[in-house]
Amino acid sequence: MFRRPFASRGIRRSIHLGTLPNSHSPIVSSLSFFKSVTPDGGIIPTFRVLDGVGRPVEGAQIPEIDEPFARRLYENMQLLPTLDTVLYQVQRQGKTSFHMTSHGEEATIIGSAAALELDDEVLGQYREMGVLLWRGFSVDSVMNQCFGNQEDTSGKGRQMPVHFGSPKHHFHTISSPLATQIPHAAGVGYALRRSDRRSRNIAACFFGEGAASEGDFHAGLLLASTIPSPTLFIARNNGFAISTPSTEQYYGDGIASRGPGYGIDTVRVDGNDVLAVIAAVREARKRTLEQGRAVLVEAMSYRVGHHSTSDDSFAYRQRTEVEDRKRIDNPIARFRLYMESQGWWNATEEEELKARLKADVMKALKRAESLPRCELGELFTDVYAGEEPWNIKEQRAELTGLLKKYGDSWEPWRTELGRFKNKGQDLTSV
Amino acid sequence: MLPTRRIPTLVSRPRRSFSKPFQRHNSSVAEPPPAGGHLPSIANSKLLRTTRERSLRTQGLSWNDEQAESTTVRETRKMNVYQAVRDALSIALTKDDNAVVFGEDIAFGGVFRCTMGLAEEFGRERVFNTPLTEQGIAGFAIGMALMGHTPIAEIQFADYIFPAFDQLVNEAAKIRYRSGGQYNVGGLTIRTPTMSVGHGGLYHSQSPEGFFMGASGLKVVIPRSPIQVKGLLLSAIRDPNPVIFMEPKILYRSAIEQVPIDDYTLPLGRAETLVEGSDLTLLTWGTPVYHCETALHMLNDPPPALAPHIPESLRKAKIELIDLRSILPWDAAAITESVNCTGRLVIVHEAGMTAGVGAEIAAEVQKRCFLRLSAPVKRITGWDTPVALQYEKFYIPDAVRIVDGLVETLAY
Repeated sequence: MFRRPFASRGIRRSIHLGTLPNSHSPIVSSLSFFKSVTPDGGIIPTFRVLDGVGRPVEGAQIPEIDEPFARRLYENMQLLPTLDTVLYQVQRQGKTSFHMTSHGEEATIIGSAAALELDDEVLGQYREMGVLLWRGFSVDSVMNQCFGNQEDTSGKGRQMPVHFGSPKHHFHTISSPLATQIPHAAGVGYALRRSDRRSRNIAACFFGEGAASEGDFHAGLLLASTIPSPTLFIARNNGFAISTPSTEQYYGDGIASRGPGYGIDTVRVDGNDVLAVIAAVREARKRTLEQGRAVLVEAMSYRVGHHSTSDDSFAYRQRTEVEDRKRIDNPIARFRLYMESQGWWNATEEEELKARLKADVMKALKRAESLPRCELGELFTDVYAGEEPWNIKEQRAELTGLLKKYGDSWEPWRTELGRFKNKGQDLTSV
Repeated sequence: MLPTRRIPTLVSRPRRSFSKPFQRHNSSVAEPPPAGGHLPSIANSKLLRTTRERSLRTQGLSWNDEQAESTTVRETRKMNVYQAVRDALSIALTKDDNAVVFGEDIAFGGVFRCTMGLAEEFGRERVFNTPLTEQGIAGFAIGMALMGHTPIAEIQFADYIFPAFDQLVNEAAKIRYRSGGQYNVGGLTIRTPTMSVGHGGLYHSQSPEGFFMGASGLKVVIPRSPIQVKGLLLSAIRDPNPVIFMEPKILYRSAIEQVPIDDYTLPLGRAETLVEGSDLTLLTWGTPVYHCETALHMLNDPPPALAPHIPESLRKAKIELIDLRSILPWDAAAITESVNCTGRLVIVHEAGMTAGVGAEIAAEVQKRCFLRLSAPVKRITGWDTPVALQYEKFYIPDAVRIVDGLVETLAY
């Protein structure tokens, strides 16, 4: 429908130079290559509302937010790094196996979350804990997942830390393989459109610029644009895929340049400017729903933290580079300065908030580390629904037999069993 | 039924009696044993060759240079597995101008440090990062190999090899056949870290070797130690077939040996007998080799906590421990010979039981050794569930499960 203007122009020109049988492409007689998607052949611009010190940039329209909303945004932007810092240290102490921080991407993640409806379906990569926080997934729930204890509602302690999931919060369970969620999101969007009850919702899919190199990225955007389906793709371009800088990840103009290739509305936004992210994602969401078709947002940011606790990024980037970025372009500080300029925030409140969040996180941490894991029998559940196949039944019985034989006498097993709820007796006492 | 058909071929080695105990003592009289007993771990495994003399006597080692056959002039250096990988890659890059090394994050040294310094030494044109695309990496490598080059590509974790499955199974494995032998990708080697580390969960613990068993045309190799890594990797790189080389990631730092510094290879397609025995064949590969070694100690000299479960009569059983090393094609001749001698086979692998590599071996062994078998072939494997993080210690077959399986099979 919205291609008609181009089509008619093409037809008009073809009066002189002929037509192609299966395309509206206008025929021209001069040989000309192109490698840009912008009209002037330049780099795709980045949308920004607030400058580095929180002042509105010239001509920018501030998205409509009131003080309570702004305070909620800021609190979540602070909660995210508070959790990250504690969980990072907890891993370093050997209490959990893994963590991935969102340091530097707080505005991208919280801003996107705030621009979506609470019941839009979210398919994340693994660095989107902030979306869950915005939706009210509790600090306890975060801690319980990261400790894999009996109250880990995300996955019964089966997955590594930060692999959250919560149908109640419309947040699909994280999978470690990269980009697999991107085509899922296209299907989720299509299913939403087909359900009367959910047809006002969209699917929102997060991924990094590295994951966008996987075949699944192309498959997902292709399907959501062609079928089509109301799916909003949010690329977090934080500059690094583990050690690989984005300059080695792609030769083109970031991820945004690919959107027009699929014929979809696309925008690049300053991911460190939470108000710009909100404005861009709100508009993108609106278009996704109205058109019933994919829309792409590329949020430009910088991964201040290491890739994960398994990574030391100073093996491949300068410490000073990271420190400079933290100092010069801090998304939290930028928004705080704006809040202060509006009279919505001050130093006292800052101190109170930080103390309260730290106390909340430490309380949840203490509780989570004191809880046992799920029952050991959960090792064998949820492989299939319905009738359980013989092999699973027999293997559960085999482990049960072994536990009865060695579970008490063999100290390494006894110690390990002690970490589970009911110490393995859910199996052995049946 | 034709009884004559079922008479097994003569075994090449005599059965040995239970009388010679497995000679290794770790218990100390002077001090009380620790809770788990004095048992070998990877760090102090006797299977690791930690002296130059033992290193140079590695079975099947073949020098690949102009020097004399004598081993007296050969030097060794202490290396762990990731250093041995790096050493092999360095030799391949030095000796073969067509060799290139690439994969995700490999330029700074790789997430397991296997490519440390190679980019600096050989240049970014030969050692380079790729974008994040496993199917792309495999396809690109196949393209280079089609042109007679020697691509050595890394898939960052074996758990993430599945996007490359189409390229490997439909392309790499079948190119020679579909072109009537005119094209091939013999130069292709795919390295990938495999197996569990104890806290990897669903997607950092898998052992996907079994998924490639039906892909004739590919070779699959899983080494157990630094010496093996270097020799088998150099063989894989030079083999005229595409090879998937899976490196058990827990061994990268923990397994240390004196490794010959010169260029040498170890044979593909050949299993290696690590401990000779006549009463039971214990077959495994990769990380569980060391759990099996521990299990042999438990059987021979059980810690007090396990003693009630290990009958005195079985403690002197002589177990033949075999490292399969090459998963595809696997050394059926060696396994058949051993099982015809021992009459009992226990297979240990980390992957789940159903359609794991053990299934293929068990089927073939029961055909070849049917009348010689004194017990059913036993498989001790991961369960048919994903690898669950908090449950991993009861998922991965450990030494206790192995010794229990040995007792069951010996007493059958």
